[in-house]
Amino acid sequence: METKNILIEVKRQTGVNIRECYQCGKCTAGCPVAEEMDLRPSVIMRMIQSGTNEEMDQILRSYTIWLCLTCETCYSRCPMDIDIPKVMDYLRQRSLVEGKVHPEARKIVAFHKSFLNTVKRNGRLSELFLTIDYKMRSLRSGTLFQDMTVAPGMISRGKLHLIPEQIKDKKGFSRLFKNQLKKRKP
Amino acid sequence: MKIGFYPGCSLTGSSREYKESILAISEKAGIELVEISDWNCCGATAAHNLNKELSVSLPARNLALAESDGIEELVVPCAACYNRLVMTQHELNEDEKLKSQIAEKLQMPLKNKLKILNVLQYLEEYFVPRLDELIKKPFEEEVACYYGCLLVRPNQVIKADRWEDPMSMDVIMQKLGAKPIDWAFKTECCGAGFSMSKTEIVGELSGKIVRNAVNQGAKAIVVACPMCHSNLDMRRPAINSYLKTKIEVPVMYITQAIALAMGMSEKEAGLQRHFVPVSFSVNC
Repeated sequence: METKNILIEVKRQTGVNIRECYQCGKCTAGCPVAEEMDLRPSVIMRMIQSGTNEEMDQILRSYTIWLCLTCETCYSRCPMDIDIPKVMDYLRQRSLVEGKVHPEARKIVAFHKSFLNTVKRNGRLSELFLTIDYKMRSLRSGTLFQDMTVAPGMISRGKLHLIPEQIKDKKGFSRLFKNQLKKRKP
Repeated sequence: MKIGFYPGCSLTGSSREYKESILAISEKAGIELVEISDWNCCGATAAHNLNKELSVSLPARNLALAESDGIEELVVPCAACYNRLVMTQHELNEDEKLKSQIAEKLQMPLKNKLKILNVLQYLEEYFVPRLDELIKKPFEEEVACYYGCLLVRPNQVIKADRWEDPMSMDVIMQKLGAKPIDWAFKTECCGAGFSMSKTEIVGELSGKIVRNAVNQGAKAIVVACPMCHSNLDMRRPAINSYLKTKIEVPVMYITQAIALAMGMSEKEAGLQRHFVPVSFSVNC
């Protein structure tokens, strides 16, 4: 019963039917970061198919879901057209909401949060403000001095602007970040 | 001729030479690229990793703005922005309810029928038929055409020519006079958004790409994506430390190669903005 619930929940939230996976392993074979993963993509597919809530918990706490680069190789090569990157997006968002982010992935999450935070403020991304925001978030990970050698090179090549570009309709834009749509039934 | 233009954030900063070169070659070819008024960031990897709704609503605002500007055809040079815009258009066309919810939130009408072109499609349509007239000096170099992920995948939605071994960039470069090499890493991932948060992974993935290009005889790697460019160019120290050697092959945008072939100077093509020095003299 539990197994069915996990499969159905993933299908309901993403539209992706993982039941169709027959474990050929092409996704794992072509994944550029499979070697670094704690759970390979095909293993995650199998765990969702046969899994218990404990296994779902293990997936949500895995390093894999954050290592996935969304390069779309697995989806493009899947003989059953299973949109694995879309499932990864769902798993990441659930992992974040449930506070289950893998410790090794904290820098990755910090970077994404800084990115969205910078966009929320100006409507466009300022690479300088993204860097500052990211350094503040990941202080404990020892990233402060990383990239210090790149910054002067970027400035001398005219690639780092001190004043961020901003959009005009900030009020309309900020609506996008408020009152997120409710999860929809299929 | 007037065509819509969505530069995206990278092209205003770290990959400004991409924007400069595409605008320069378009102007010289008599094509006016009109920036979408008040465009915003597409949300890139961060939005679809953390927030499903933003991954759709951020690109959708740009699609709606382009429509209200009366744009029918939109050029999106950044492969990541192109991918997000096309994927959003697809997703909204598949789901009428979501489309109306997003339009309501944007408080803008959204027909969602825009023709979105990546840089290769733009070049094919507007430059390739006129190359004889536009080219002053052929770009006669051996090049590795590197497509990366987002111009070709997912092939279920992004309709590239041959997604495992695409040829469209090779064909354009060949017509410029170049000799595109046969190599194995055309569509491998460079490490994309991990540039800052997992630089060592970028060093490894990009290192394998650069190594194969050099081993197959490339004198330059030609790209059409700001993320690919910055990982292969700005992250060269991480690449070199992974490969335990110093690789000097330059990385340039396809629009820069065209600019040189059209008779522009290295400076006009923005070659001085790269980290790995690149110099191809053009004597016409």
